[in-house]
Amino acid sequence: MANRGNGAGEAGVSRVALPGLNAGPRARRAGAGAALLAALAFPLLVGFDRYYLEIGFHFFLWSMLALSLNFILGGTGQYNLGHAAFFAAGAYTTAILNTRLDIPVLWLLPVSALVAAVLAALVARPILHLRGDYLLIVTVGFAEIVRIALRNDVFGLTGGVNGILGIDRPELFGFRLTQPVHFYYLSLLFVLLTVFIAVRLENSRVGRAWSYIREDELAAEAMGIDTTRYKLLAFVVGAALAGVAGNIYAAKMPVIAPESFSIWESVVMFAIVILGGTGSIPGIFLGTFGMVVLPQLFRGLEYYRMLVFGAAMVVLMIFRPEGLWPSRRWRLAVRGEDEPAEAGAAAAPTDPGTGAGAAAGGAAGTG
Amino acid sequence: MLIQQIINGLTVGSIYALVALGYTMVFGVLRLINFAHGDLFALGAYLGLSFLTWLALAGGAGPLLALAVAGVLVAASVGLAGVLTERVAYRPLRGAGRLPAVVSALGVSVFVQNGIMLLWGAQPRAFPHDLVPDRAWAVLGVQFTLMRLVILAGSLLLMLALYLFVQNTRVGAAMRAIAVDHETARLMGIDVNRLIQLVFLIGAALGGLAGVMVGLYYGQLNFTMGWLYGLKAFTAAILGGIGNIPGAMVGGLILGLAEALAAGYVAGEWKDAVAFVILILILLLRPTGLLGERVAEKI
Repeated sequence: MANRGNGAGEAGVSRVALPGLNAGPRARRAGAGAALLAALAFPLLVGFDRYYLEIGFHFFLWSMLALSLNFILGGTGQYNLGHAAFFAAGAYTTAILNTRLDIPVLWLLPVSALVAAVLAALVARPILHLRGDYLLIVTVGFAEIVRIALRNDVFGLTGGVNGILGIDRPELFGFRLTQPVHFYYLSLLFVLLTVFIAVRLENSRVGRAWSYIREDELAAEAMGIDTTRYKLLAFVVGAALAGVAGNIYAAKMPVIAPESFSIWESVVMFAIVILGGTGSIPGIFLGTFGMVVLPQLFRGLEYYRMLVFGAAMVVLMIFRPEGLWPSRRWRLAVRGEDEPAEAGAAAAPTDPGTGAGAAAGGAAGTG
Repeated sequence: MLIQQIINGLTVGSIYALVALGYTMVFGVLRLINFAHGDLFALGAYLGLSFLTWLALAGGAGPLLALAVAGVLVAASVGLAGVLTERVAYRPLRGAGRLPAVVSALGVSVFVQNGIMLLWGAQPRAFPHDLVPDRAWAVLGVQFTLMRLVILAGSLLLMLALYLFVQNTRVGAAMRAIAVDHETARLMGIDVNRLIQLVFLIGAALGGLAGVMVGLYYGQLNFTMGWLYGLKAFTAAILGGIGNIPGAMVGGLILGLAEALAAGYVAGEWKDAVAFVILILILLLRPTGLLGERVAEKI
């Protein structure tokens, strides 16, 4: 029951939101500006309450991770279910170099990004040609190998099951970040940076090549796009930003341990991108809110949250496969329909027949 | 020592093979990787635990009889769970492309895994270990325990039965037909949806039984075990050639052997990584697997 109500509520949100999304660049910019103001004022609004600032930090951290995954998953349509490995690469790079060589945490930011990017390039190059669900399973396998390596204290560097403690707090121009509110703004800063990169890339030559590849790889190849290079680039960019998120995570957390980078973390990132609306930046914030913030706000329901999310993933795929707040391009691609389909898409939640046309037809044929 | 490792490897490998059959059969008819299969396997293990506990409370029955009754109950209930999964999460998405089906499957996996956690708790649970009499024989320095023999014989018998069923019955022939082409099979008067349900029923039931075997063998259950075993069994299916039933059996046995040998001779704590390394290598080097044929359409 609760689950069903939830699903309807989410669909309602997106139906309200969609016209706003289509209202043109000015309205969209105004919406983004309002959201930014709200984010800046948030610590004041909650009276610098530690608890809410922590939630805010995690909201931005996970948004950043999902945005970075979105380059790979939404950008070029490559199913990467091992993104936590790149997050781990960034976090462990920072933790190891900081605790062993005393290099300041924020100086390690580019290093973390670089290590994650190199790892991605090495891993992704040989597997890029795999079909979607095979790529997915290989990335799961890769991420598990990374986690097992971290657990087994590989090269005596990762501290095994207990991980690494005693990472320095970051310093910015001689100012030491220690309070939740500092980390809140730090994470906000990097989310903005990630959004900036995402928006700039989307409207660039690279972004157009990516969407070409996602829509039709063969056609893209025929148009002279070096698909392998661009797919690899998506992996490298996504991994580098996940590495940056790892650096920030290491800067904030008292301890970095392998269990923070398990398959479940990858599943959450994946689910945020898909549920929120693949390829859409507002959709990703919405998805992060649903996957990361809501469960923390309703701690009493903590045990049921995964149950609800599992069910929500199924229900959403059946009734709204394009996600809650999809980018226009993706919505049209998933629906395989033209502009007037807007009404049909909105009506889908109440009419299973529309949502699953082909399948329903198939069932009717034999049933 | 070597022969001992081989025996251990074959025992675990036969369990992988049973789970792998579920992946491979579903892939054969739907071209879908059923990510929820590993969690149905875990569900089987936990249901087995509960059934055995109840049967022990009811008393009267000997341990082997209790095991047999619990096995039938597990096979039936997990089989039904498999059918339900197909009906609710996969059938509405048939023909909707691959990504929605993959996400839906992941959703079922998350749902089942957390359902198990809610019903049986997040702490590891002990599985009754005194069901199979603790008997062992030493032949030429190699330990054969009754437990291993029961597991090995049980899973090999189940696989043989499945193989004969698929090869020699009309229903089995219909299954092979829909694996080739749904439309043509439908024109031949085959009820495709019923058969797909049957595939899920059999696959999930075998997975559930494998779960009970894992409980018997290791004596401990964990609600996240579905992911690990699922991935390993999927590796086994790929290794043998996905969509190929004998392939899944061979793949499972080879994977079990490889793990046991790696644990015995290389490093025990890296045992779990063996399967994933094999998975990646096989997909890169020989994506059709050892016994697979049709290439282009799959990868």
